[in-house]
Amino acid sequence: MPDAIATTHHATAHPALQHHFENMEQQREAGTLGMWVFLVTEIMFFGGMFLAYTLYRYKYPGAFAAASNHLDIRLGAVNTVVLIVSSFTMAMAVFSTQVGKRRNSIIFLILTLVLGLTFLGIKAVEYKAKYDDNLIPGHLIPSHPFNPTVAQHGDTDPHKLHLPEGVSVRNVEMFYWIYFAMTGMHALHMIIGAGILITILILAWRGRFSPEYHSPVEITGLYWHFVDIVWIFLFPLLYLLGRHLEGHM
Amino acid sequence: MSEHIVYPRVYIGIFFILLVGTLLTVLAAFRDFPGPLNAVVALTIATIKATFVVLYFMHVRYSGRLVWLVIASALFWLGIMFALTISDYSSRGWLPI
Repeated sequence: MPDAIATTHHATAHPALQHHFENMEQQREAGTLGMWVFLVTEIMFFGGMFLAYTLYRYKYPGAFAAASNHLDIRLGAVNTVVLIVSSFTMAMAVFSTQVGKRRNSIIFLILTLVLGLTFLGIKAVEYKAKYDDNLIPGHLIPSHPFNPTVAQHGDTDPHKLHLPEGVSVRNVEMFYWIYFAMTGMHALHMIIGAGILITILILAWRGRFSPEYHSPVEITGLYWHFVDIVWIFLFPLLYLLGRHLEGHM
Repeated sequence: MSEHIVYPRVYIGIFFILLVGTLLTVLAAFRDFPGPLNAVVALTIATIKATFVVLYFMHVRYSGRLVWLVIASALFWLGIMFALTISDYSSRGWLPI
């Protein structure tokens, strides 16, 4: 009678314990390990784009520096800080759940969500500025092709592209392909992360988590911190790479 | 439960390290270091920041050997992808774009 055995086995177990695990600790460790395996696939996924970035930056250093200098370093830096604060509040949400402080946990989850949405809002402002300067690559927006105005010598209009001698606008376009692919995929991960946070928030509100059972919060944290790490690399690689050349270009 | 709980004072410490790292990377970006050193400095700071996030925010410092193995294998395969692809691209001609 397998059913009867299963019932006995779980007679005193936590209601969140799935039948294929021995105990809560084994279940939690399996969940964490599974999330890390998923993050491996994410590392390889973003890794491919970082590789494309490396190759093209090596091939077209002047165009990449000039294109990068056109990005808004202030908004990029503010967004970096926003994400770091959100990683901190996420870590605090995990801690609050681990020690059974449901109210703090909910507050920190809301803060994390608000900071994530702030990041996306600032990103949208940046995308709009690139749209206005006709820097959306190719024909991604069919009626609005890549067509930036190149500044003449002495012109300091920040909306125009400032290119050093011998740099092709085509190669600047390649930077913007990579910029939009990488920040777009990162933003998509943030949107998915916001959706996960809302789900976790509802579950936390209903009192589903406790010091014995909080794997979903912990795993959401792993995802959120991973997305933060991607940005930690994207910020210097996309926004800062040509700043030291600004005077010479 | 043998789970290790990381306390807020540790998180606050890491948080400030990350803020300082961000400030340093911005300041360093405007200095003109010789050769490719600007990129080296930027990537070193980013890697240090990422390591702190992984070890403390993501609790890897207190995780089992299996988690370490999974992360190490990810970095290993990432290294293979970079090394083989770059060796190929750097030893061939490119079509102009």
